[in-house]
Amino acid sequence: MTRRGPLAFGLRLIFIAALLGLWELAVVQFDVPAFIMPAPSKIAHALYAGIESGLYATHLYVTVSETLLGFALGCALAFAFGSLIAVSRTVEYYLYPLVVMFQAMPKVALVPIILIWFGLGISSKVVSAALVAFFPLMVNTIVGLRSADEDRVNLLRSLAASRWQIFRMLQLPSALPYLFAGLEIAMIFSLIGAIVAELISAEKGLGMLMQSMSFSMDTAGEFSILVLLAVLGLVLNGLIRLVRRQVLFWDRSHDAGAPSPTKGDDP
Amino acid sequence: MNATVDPAAGRATQGPAADVIAVRRLSLTYGGSARVAALRDVSFAVRDGEFVAAVGPSGCGKSTLLKILAGLLRPTEGTAELHGERITGPRRDIGVVFQTPVLFPWRTVLGNALLPADVQRRDRRVMQQRALDLLAMVGLGGFERRYPRELSGGMQQRVGIVRALLHDPAILLMDEPFAALDAMTREAMSVELQRIWMQRRVTALFITHSIAEAVFLADRVIVLTPRPGTIGDQFEVDLPRPRALDVMNTEQFGQHVRRVRAALGGRGAVVE
Repeated sequence: MTRRGPLAFGLRLIFIAALLGLWELAVVQFDVPAFIMPAPSKIAHALYAGIESGLYATHLYVTVSETLLGFALGCALAFAFGSLIAVSRTVEYYLYPLVVMFQAMPKVALVPIILIWFGLGISSKVVSAALVAFFPLMVNTIVGLRSADEDRVNLLRSLAASRWQIFRMLQLPSALPYLFAGLEIAMIFSLIGAIVAELISAEKGLGMLMQSMSFSMDTAGEFSILVLLAVLGLVLNGLIRLVRRQVLFWDRSHDAGAPSPTKGDDP
Repeated sequence: MNATVDPAAGRATQGPAADVIAVRRLSLTYGGSARVAALRDVSFAVRDGEFVAAVGPSGCGKSTLLKILAGLLRPTEGTAELHGERITGPRRDIGVVFQTPVLFPWRTVLGNALLPADVQRRDRRVMQQRALDLLAMVGLGGFERRYPRELSGGMQQRVGIVRALLHDPAILLMDEPFAALDAMTREAMSVELQRIWMQRRVTALFITHSIAEAVFLADRVIVLTPRPGTIGDQFEVDLPRPRALDVMNTEQFGQHVRRVRAALGGRGAVVE
C-alpha cells in the first residue's frame, strides 16, 4: 500500500461515512422494512446490545476456539502431507490424483456428513474448519518447498549436505513466503468452515446465533454478527501478517501477497 | 599429458609438486536417445598450490567439468581424482564458487560464510574466528552482521569466496565467478582474488570465458574447445606475481592472449 498522508486518510473515512449515510437515508426515505434491510443505525444498536449483554462474547468465544483449533489441525496435516509430497516423488505419484480430486470438490458440501460423523458439538466444527483450511496450505507447502533455488541446492550438495539438511537449511526457509501466503488463506478459510458448520447445526457459536436470528426475522442482528465476523477475519489475518513480518524479515515482497501464492479455491 | 607443459616450471625450489586433481579421459554424455556429448576425452592435472584457468566459449562443457569435480555429476567414462582418490560424489574438502554468489538471504554475511561449518558440523567457535579473519581479508570487516541484500554484487561474491575457503578445501573450484559483475568490478575482483590466492596458496581451478581474465590470474591456462568439450592446448603463464592490472598492457601479456586465442580458433570473448 502506498503512503498518502493524513489528508487522504481523512477523505477515506469521509467516503465510508458518506456511504453509510446514503444507506441510512435510503432506508428511511423508501421506508424499507427492517427485516428486509435494516438501517446502519439499527445494526449498530443491535451490535451494541449484543456486546453489552455478553451474548456475543459467549458465542464469539466458541467460534474463535473452533476456528483456531481447526486452523491448527488443518495446517499441521497440510504441512505434513505437503512436505511428504514435495520430498518424495513416489508419495506424490500415489497421492496427487486424490489431492486434485478433492481440490475440485466444494469442501463445504462435506459438512453435513461431518456433522453426522462428529456430532453437533464443537468437534464437528473443528473438523470442518480443518478440512477447508487444509488444501490451500498443502498446495502452497508443495510449491514452496520445491521453489528452492537450484544453485543453492547444488551448493549444499557440493558441501556433502544430507537431504534433511537441505530440507531444513534451504527448502524450509525458501518455502516460508509461500507458507505464510497459505496460512493467511487457511486462517480465513477455517473461519468459513466453522461458520458454515454452525449454520447447518450447532449448539453454540456465531453461526448458530445467526441462524436463530434468521428464524425470528432479526435481520439487524444478523448484520451485526456479519460485522463482528468481518472484524474477526481482519484480526485473524492481521495476526498472521504480524508473525510473517517478524519471521520473513529478509523477504521484501510483504503485503504484495507473496511470490505468486497459489490462490485459494472456493472452500 | 600435454607436451607443452613442463611440470617443474616455475617451481624449481620445491621440486615437482604432487597432483591435487587428476582427470583422465573424462567423457560425459547427456540424455537417453538424443545423446549430447558435453565432454569428450578430457585429461589434465592440477598441481598442489597451482592456479589453473580453463578457458573456452559457451557450450564447451566448462560447467559440466566443474560439476563432475564437485561430485555433483558422474562422468560417463573416465575418472577424476582428488589426491589420488576417485571422486564419486560430493566431498567435504572441495570449495566451490558459483557464477552468482548463491547466498542465503535469511543468513547474515557471517552466517553465509559459516554455511560449510554448519553443514559439516564443525566446531562453530573455531570456524567463526576463521570466517571473521577471512572476511576481514577480503575487505568485509564490519559487514558480518549485514544481510546479503545490503551488499553490492562484488561484495556478495566475496562472501561466496570466503564461504568456499572456510573449510580449508584441498581445491577451490570457481565457475565464472565474476561473470555477473560489471567490467570494472570484475577487474578489481581479479586483483582481489590473486591477492587472496597468494596469501592462502590454495590450489585453484578457475573456469572462465574471458581469455584476459584467464591469463591474468593463472599459472597455467587450459583451452577447452566446444561441442563436444575437449582439451586443446595448455599454456604456462610465467608473468611475475603479484600482477597489477597494468600487466594487461604489456607485450608479454598480449602474446599470451594471442596464443590462447589462436588455440581457441579465434573464439572467446573479444572485449573484457
